[in-house]
Amino acid sequence: MSAPKRSSSFFFLLPLLGFLAIAGFLLKGLWLDPREIPSPLIDKPAPAFRLESLDAPGRVIDSKDMLGKVWLLNTWASWCVSCREEHPVLVDFARTAAVPIVGLNYKDTRVDGMRWLAQFGNPYVVSAFDEAGRVGIDYGVYAVPETFLIDKQGVVRFKQIGPVTPELLHDTLLPLIQRLNA
Amino acid sequence: MIPEIGNFSLMVATAVALVLGTLPIVGAARGNVRWMALARPASRVLFLLVVVAASCLWASLLHDDFSVEYVATVSARALPLQYKVAAFWGGHEGSMLLWLLILSFWMFAVSVFSTHLPREMIARILGVMGLIAMGFLLFIILTSNPFGRLLPGVPDGNDLNPLLQDPGMVAHPPMLYMGYVGFSVAFAFAIAALLGGNLDATWARWSRPWTTVAWTFLTVGICLGSAWAYYTLGWGGWWFWDPVENASFMPWLAGTALMHSLAVTEKRSGFKVWTVLLAIFAFSLSLLGTFLVRSGVLTSVHAFASDPRRGVFILIFLGVVIGGSLALFAWRAPKVGLGERFEIVSRESMLLANNVLFLAAAACVLLGTLYPLMLDSLGLGKISVGPPYFDAVFVPLMAPALFLMGIGPLARWRKANLPEIAARLKWAAGVSVLCAVAVPLLEGRWSVMVACGVLLATWIFCSTVVNLWSRLRPADGGQIGAKFAALPRGYLGMLTAHVGVAVFIVGVTLVKGYEVEKDVRMDVGDTVAIGPYTARFVGTSEGSGPNYLYLRGQFEMLRGDKLVRTMFPEKRKFASKDEPMTNAAIAPSIGGDLYVSMGEPVSQTAWVVRVYYKPFVDWIWGGCLVMACGGVLALSDRRYRLSQRRSAEEVSAAGATA
Repeated sequence: MSAPKRSSSFFFLLPLLGFLAIAGFLLKGLWLDPREIPSPLIDKPAPAFRLESLDAPGRVIDSKDMLGKVWLLNTWASWCVSCREEHPVLVDFARTAAVPIVGLNYKDTRVDGMRWLAQFGNPYVVSAFDEAGRVGIDYGVYAVPETFLIDKQGVVRFKQIGPVTPELLHDTLLPLIQRLNA
Repeated sequence: MIPEIGNFSLMVATAVALVLGTLPIVGAARGNVRWMALARPASRVLFLLVVVAASCLWASLLHDDFSVEYVATVSARALPLQYKVAAFWGGHEGSMLLWLLILSFWMFAVSVFSTHLPREMIARILGVMGLIAMGFLLFIILTSNPFGRLLPGVPDGNDLNPLLQDPGMVAHPPMLYMGYVGFSVAFAFAIAALLGGNLDATWARWSRPWTTVAWTFLTVGICLGSAWAYYTLGWGGWWFWDPVENASFMPWLAGTALMHSLAVTEKRSGFKVWTVLLAIFAFSLSLLGTFLVRSGVLTSVHAFASDPRRGVFILIFLGVVIGGSLALFAWRAPKVGLGERFEIVSRESMLLANNVLFLAAAACVLLGTLYPLMLDSLGLGKISVGPPYFDAVFVPLMAPALFLMGIGPLARWRKANLPEIAARLKWAAGVSVLCAVAVPLLEGRWSVMVACGVLLATWIFCSTVVNLWSRLRPADGGQIGAKFAALPRGYLGMLTAHVGVAVFIVGVTLVKGYEVEKDVRMDVGDTVAIGPYTARFVGTSEGSGPNYLYLRGQFEMLRGDKLVRTMFPEKRKFASKDEPMTNAAIAPSIGGDLYVSMGEPVSQTAWVVRVYYKPFVDWIWGGCLVMACGGVLALSDRRYRLSQRRSAEEVSAAGATA
């Protein structure tokens, strides 16, 4: 009689345990710098890809064409809220023409993606259409937005998880780009 | 001087809250009548002090006192009067004061409408609410004081965020908070019952109207928020699964489950453990929502306050309130015992399924909201979980709940007869299938999603009609009118709310299935076909509003050659913000909205224009309002007033014999 009773009072503890787990994550979350960079791909060759362009089905975009240039690869999607936040920063940055920005439109539809660019502006020299998310997997994209800085030899030099901010551009990316272009 | 009075009343209120949160609860445990008797007057004094503080903030806002930092941040001289009033909750500090104001208002309401409650119970309920109020008071005073001075003052304020300068801003936050915070009453009832060990049908009958009223406010609040996003953000969407939206939606899901669970506890004294747990969850999710929005752990388009110090305070507060109540639950709930037995096919079992499905849905939304944070905590990077996830998990969970909604109300308590229910619902099923096939075919484009949506909506509607008809049928004798008048309001409220769900589903399904969205470049004189209409761009004009300049487009909507309507979308430029605001022009009708908004100029006269046709989109909010009407109907049930009088008599009779 006492054994089932004990096991049933364990069930009553479950909500508390669940809450403690969530509280643990929340506590950790408070001390996290959301802009910190984990770096599995840094200083490794950027995975090559051949994808159709977002605006022109049939036109192929090959990552090899970018060899010899320092460029940014920015993954985005029309359904991504953080991308909305990031987008004006990229649009401004594209005006300075410091580096070409290639978009990787991730797990999206052509219609939504095109509409999004029409609505918020298009900072990309071109957007590759990664409908199935295959290239995203090669690049280890957990979700969007993520941004990669790739050098003339096609090596990833920097990776930003989450939105690109004006501070990041100014303090980190621009000096790095100048060094790589030198 | 005025802000200092406000500040001082908050401090006095903290002391009162400390008394209210301790003495009556201890008194109830020890049987000290004098300590228990403190609960009512203390809660009323607390309410009065918070009202004084809130009035001080309003006075500072209306007087343009820009030596108060908060006023300088959220207001400006040129701000129209109604937005000066609403600027109260235009920033973090004021929002917290609004939270507290509404909490103390609910506390005051409980102290007034609780004459029928035993004194131990009322002492515990008000005591628990007093403790929550104390937590918020400390939070406001220590980390988010709206009365902080900015000396010397500035000549003019920063202005209210233009996004918030909208009639929606005046009504949406108070409604939402009335709902959110209203669950604190059900929570306090549950904690009081756990402390006292008297979880019974009477307890359920007492907490039911409080839960219903909170749920009704929350429904209206979420509905207003969604409508507001629809017409101000200029994207034409009505729900974005944004963390802040989720924060209001999770308590709604838990609250809906709680209402249904309370019905079982009251009628059959079953599901007690469930009911208590759901009451704790509903309020915990409200608090968690506040934490998520206020601490800045999640980035969102809405979050406007980020400060880790505040986050730590709220987290500790959450730990005490939620952790404490769940610990109390783990300790006391095993002794509660089960209600009456029921069969696998019975109204109880269906309501149990409803509870499980709603709770699972709330858990999925919670997971989706916290998942980015969890990955981040584990060092796996920062991500954003989008609508694809939520749509994929939420719809399959809700579909069975909606199906059961048709059957549940017809099933008998304890043991229902499946063949009998099937026989009663056979024409409802027939009509639903017919509509599910007919509607997509009539609309001209077949879609499984639309067919399923229409099927569920008609199913709910028809089974509700069957249910009502079975009560009114003249074959059983009696006048239909007289029978209708005799139906309990609680029952009618349930039917109304269920019809509201059906209306809501129609809106969601048809707008998802058949909306037409065109983003086009239009020069003066250009036309674009949109659904059954043609839109023609006539030109633009300029002018000024009370505190902004605008550029107004003129569009003529033609149906065939006939001019149906002229629409005027605007771009507004506020002095306080560089980016112009987009004000969409919307022509609403019961069959669908025309939505026009201006994008960017592409040449001297040409613009990128968004022209949308959204069939049945207003049914989404209409459905929510019908649900809320159901809540109001249920609240007007005689039963609550009768039971109040009866228990008052019982108490006084018991007092006389003692």
